[in-house]
Amino acid sequence: MEFGLSQEQVALADTVRRYLSDNCPGERVRAVMESESGHDAEFWRGLMDLGIGSLAVPEEHGGLGAEFLDLALVSEEMGFACAPGPFLASSLATIAIAAGDDDAARKKWLPLLASGDAIGTVAIGEAGSRWDASEVAARVADDRLDAIKPLVPYASLAAVHVVAVSENGGAALYLAETEAGGIETTALSGNDRTRRLDAVEYRAVPARRIGGAAAFEKVRDAALVLIAADAFGGARRCLEMARTYALQREQFGQLIGSFQAVKHQLANLAVELEPGLSLWWYAAHALDRIPEHSARHAAMAKAHLCDLFDRAARDSTELHGGLGFTWEFDLHLWLRRSLFDRSFFGDSHYHRARAASLAGW
Amino acid sequence: MNLSYSAAYEDFRAQVRAFLDAAWTAEDRSRHGGNEVLIGRIARPDERVTEFRKQAIEAGYLYRNIPREWGGGEQSFDPLKSAIIREEFKRARAPREMVGQGPSMLVFTLLEHGTLEQKSRFIRDTLLGKLLWCQGYSEPGAGSDLASLRTRAELDGDCWVVNGHKIWTSNADEADWMFALVRTEPEAPKHDGISYMLLDMKTPGITVRPLRQMTGESDFNEVFFDNVRVPRGALVGERGKGWIVSRSTLKYERALIGDTDINRRTLDGMVMLAQAVERGGKPAIQDPVIRGKLMEMECRLAAAEFHSMRLLTMQARGQDAGLPAMVPKLYGTQLTYDIARLAMDIMGDGASLAPGESNAPAMGMFVHAYLWSLGILIAGGTANIQRNIVAERGLGMPRDPAQKR
Repeated sequence: MEFGLSQEQVALADTVRRYLSDNCPGERVRAVMESESGHDAEFWRGLMDLGIGSLAVPEEHGGLGAEFLDLALVSEEMGFACAPGPFLASSLATIAIAAGDDDAARKKWLPLLASGDAIGTVAIGEAGSRWDASEVAARVADDRLDAIKPLVPYASLAAVHVVAVSENGGAALYLAETEAGGIETTALSGNDRTRRLDAVEYRAVPARRIGGAAAFEKVRDAALVLIAADAFGGARRCLEMARTYALQREQFGQLIGSFQAVKHQLANLAVELEPGLSLWWYAAHALDRIPEHSARHAAMAKAHLCDLFDRAARDSTELHGGLGFTWEFDLHLWLRRSLFDRSFFGDSHYHRARAASLAGW
Repeated sequence: MNLSYSAAYEDFRAQVRAFLDAAWTAEDRSRHGGNEVLIGRIARPDERVTEFRKQAIEAGYLYRNIPREWGGGEQSFDPLKSAIIREEFKRARAPREMVGQGPSMLVFTLLEHGTLEQKSRFIRDTLLGKLLWCQGYSEPGAGSDLASLRTRAELDGDCWVVNGHKIWTSNADEADWMFALVRTEPEAPKHDGISYMLLDMKTPGITVRPLRQMTGESDFNEVFFDNVRVPRGALVGERGKGWIVSRSTLKYERALIGDTDINRRTLDGMVMLAQAVERGGKPAIQDPVIRGKLMEMECRLAAAEFHSMRLLTMQARGQDAGLPAMVPKLYGTQLTYDIARLAMDIMGDGASLAPGESNAPAMGMFVHAYLWSLGILIAGGTANIQRNIVAERGLGMPRDPAQKR
């Protein structure tokens, strides 16, 4: 019985953390934020050279065939560093294609996604916060996709799109290639400038079916756990920043960390946050090994950790006083990240309601 | 991550089961309900239970961290085996270790600081529940600031003469003995003037008065000492070193109160309650707000359950858990309150009826749990004291200058 990380997983997380701490300081995050594309090719290349793109790719397609938890650990570090770019989008496209049953698509795209030479994305939710399989309206007729997807991460950078399409009252996944034409993207102004969103219209785009309901569920659950891990990493960073500040800032002739009001706010946050780690670890593990728990625990982890991230960002801002409210100080980058994490792929109320139904209540 | 036990551990589980099948019969299982009480009253075990405990100790399943010399099971440290024993004993509804402050606190203090005579006289009988203990720590003027306690003991010939007043003393009416902190050096700085003392509760001059708590029941007492004469050898550890002697065991009590089982039982019971109770002509669980709040509790509880598995693994790997180990008490007691509070919402106007009222949903047991949940926010160190501990020891915040140590 081991509820913990393997040595290899600890080493992986360390490697990613080191890369991010060396290559993703606040100035770089801000440069990407202010850039046109929200993407830094050199930074992305460095990440890919660590092998992150291959984690979710099966060995037969040149990947590492790692456990899903490994990828979630990377996501935690990305959240901690507020790392910009299409990590979430491309990871989910990779998972979807790998989970699907279209060998030609797997052969063509998985090696490109593994190396990072191509970026992928997923287009799942539809207007009106519709994220359920049963709510998908996108249609494919005669192998042509027609759909409007209002929130697609890095759609304009992606060479390949995995799109949820209505099928027998549920959803299936189809693959569309940018090269084929007919994909119209409109850049959106998002709260989190480190992870860009586009509105996308697919007009008679040639598309091939790569998976059914199981693949849809896999990519949804993976998205929820990756976001939960990102949120945990972000929340951990907010707590750490508040802690550091409480040990530097003096008022009334003493460190503000010596005031009980400050101590208690920090302690409450730390105590709520710490067990959250185990919730998404379990959800990540369940995705690979405990199929009867994977959907429910992914939903629980998403709702719980994103709410905690919101709270951590809020409390940390308050603890930083006026400094925390300035544009110059980096804390709001995480506050903005928490807005993305909470709302993308369905909000906390929605996922708690889903989890309640999945629990048989 | 590997949530199943290896073959060696599954063999061990089979041994435990075989032992339980032989030693704890179906009749025993239906007659005894296990031993889950954490605060409140502790029952004196009957002969059958004591007989079983002796066998289980002999087999090395109980009191594994206590030497055989003193009546323990003496096994090498293996948290996974301990977890298996816990699971299997629970499944068989078999008595586990005695609960209460005697076995969980005093015994470890004696092992570390007691004389040979104290060890042989007290430990074995305490483990078997033949001797029941109460803890004389809190006083009316010494709660969170325990070291300001004023109950004093003065040497008079071969005896200490004790005068003072303890409060919040669970089981004082039932207990054979008390372990207490008393002031023996009134001139010394407050932490240095305290000694750790064992008192026979039958000694003349001790008066126990039940204290009625907000639930309406009396699970605690006040204890008054009026010229109580205690033999000179009744101190554990050196005179004036009682504060240090008592320290390790408080830590243990905090860990104990962090158990997730009770919250799991309450929450599962509450889901059933929400399925049974109606609001607007429909089961309360179909109310989106109630449903969402229940799932919020489920998320927090599941996190706590997985967190204890993580702590178990850290322990098994010999890692120092640090902050994660400080979390369960504050997290768990806060959750206990929030869960019980939600039950009041689920019951709607049924929450106006008292525990025991037959017209109340579930006979009012959730109201009882709600009232008690306020008690466990305080027992073993109030929530605010826990927050200080987490901030200072877990997050490295400066120590409060008002606290000298």
